[in-house]
Amino acid sequence: MGNHTVTSFDEELGAIDRLIRDMGDLAETMVDASIRALLDSDAALSQRTISDDAIMDARQRELDDRAITLIAKRQPMAQDLRAVVGAIRMAGDLERIGDLAKNIAKRVNAVGEAPTPRSLSHGIEAMSGLVLTQIRGVVDKYVSRQAGDLKALRAADEQIDIQYTAVFRELLTYMMEDPRNITACTHLLFCAKNLERIGDHVTNIAENAYYVMTGEQLPPNRPKLDETSMTAPA
Amino acid sequence: MLTDVAMEQKLAPTQDQHMIKIQGQEVCVHYGEKQALFSVNLDVRENQVTALIGPSGCGKSTFLRCLNRMNDTIDSARVSGTITLDGENIYDKAIDVVELRARVGMVFQKPNPFPKSIYENVAYGPRIHGLAKKKADLDEIVETSLKKAAIWNEVKDRLHEAGTGLSGGQQQRLCIARAIAVSPEVILMDEPCSALDPIATARVEELIDELRQNYTIVIVTHSMQQAARVSQRTAMFHLGYLVEEGDTDKMFTNPDDKRTQDYITGRFG
Ligand SMILES: Nc1ncnc2c1ncn2[C@@H]1O[C@H](COP(=O)(O)OP(=O)(O)OP(=O)(O)O)[C@@H](O)[C@H]1O
Ligand SMILES: [Mg+2]
Repeated sequence: MGNHTVTSFDEELGAIDRLIRDMGDLAETMVDASIRALLDSDAALSQRTISDDAIMDARQRELDDRAITLIAKRQPMAQDLRAVVGAIRMAGDLERIGDLAKNIAKRVNAVGEAPTPRSLSHGIEAMSGLVLTQIRGVVDKYVSRQAGDLKALRAADEQIDIQYTAVFRELLTYMMEDPRNITACTHLLFCAKNLERIGDHVTNIAENAYYVMTGEQLPPNRPKLDETSMTAPA
Repeated sequence: MLTDVAMEQKLAPTQDQHMIKIQGQEVCVHYGEKQALFSVNLDVRENQVTALIGPSGCGKSTFLRCLNRMNDTIDSARVSGTITLDGENIYDKAIDVVELRARVGMVFQKPNPFPKSIYENVAYGPRIHGLAKKKADLDEIVETSLKKAAIWNEVKDRLHEAGTGLSGGQQQRLCIARAIAVSPEVILMDEPCSALDPIATARVEELIDELRQNYTIVIVTHSMQQAARVSQRTAMFHLGYLVEEGDTDKMFTNPDDKRTQDYITGRFG
């Protein structure tokens, strides 16, 4: 896409894109840190994630301000209008990802002083790996305007849902084996649920990014694959 | 008498149930040797506002003037192709141009009040077309037309002063009042708000919305926001060609043509 006749218009749109990139990077960092803090019982890391959330909120406010000023000043049309409105919505999803990461980090002390046993943590680790790849992927594809890849990225959310169902079953089994696991497992369950919801926010971002780039909506979403509502312990 | 084909065309509703009021087919215009419009095919739908947009000199005013044969008044202008109003060819020899221009009224890019009083500017059309039987009827038409054009309060105490003594923006609104006074079926507006302040602009936009219930409107505007606000259909011209035409909502959120995109987003040249 060519440049605007008024160059400061391009700079203003560029600044909004950079904020999305920053918020995306921060979301990735926060999710990664919150999971490690939880599994390693790392209070300092947990604290950092909690304070990062304030930065995330500030970025979102800055993006809102810039977007609203741009709309008032430039009255953007077509792809410019989609880019600004899309950025506001994507920032909303990124901010929610930050909240969910903070919520995970806050559970660190509740799980206990000792690191979570490997047997309990590997399912969550696998799940967070998938989620981090999704966050990084969606931000990259948005910033480099690769609309075509977003369909596949959205479809990949299914892997997170499958992993969530597996973690759910596994944790349920541990709780039944030994009631002393119940406290830790309950927190891990919430953590898994948060990761699953982060995946859903990434899906929203992918849909918004696709609309920003193409002006078209992705076809309606696949049916949700959350089997935990009917899962009995394995 | 309409032919069967013309009759069918007239009655055929378009996809969204609006009849075609004016149909332009293969419209070309030359000014002397220079061609200003190239084979333009454009339908204007009844009770809709159609906006014509595009960079300066692309032929918007030229196309607009074809629709009520105003180009006839320009010696060097030559129009070819077909333009029908309710299925009738307006360039047919049997057409009375004066009557045509009463049915298809126009507000010009540059305000052009008659060198007469404000009252006479508005009363002239209704009087010659016999729209008022009594003086009171005429007064009524003058007042409502000036009110609709959002200028009544400014001129009600000086109706018998010269129209040319008004400010540019006031003259433009006087010309709008003059155009609507004869209750035309179609109103052509060439940048009607370019000399107006935001309040008068808002009033004119409100008027356009109101007029659309009973009339058909074609408006040329350089304000993309105005086109997006007032029109249902938008046609984009470039260098004498119609490059894209469609629903206004789509044109301003997701146009198909690169030139339209560049133009409406401010990326042109
Ligand atoms: N009376 C005329 N004699 C000769 N050439 C003309 C005449 N009127 C218009 N043209 C030419 O025809 C082309 C189209 O002009 P037109 O006035 O239709 O453009 P426009 O789209 O209305 O532009 P603007 O937005 O500046 O009003 C231009 O190149 C113009 O120079
Ligand atoms: Mg013009």
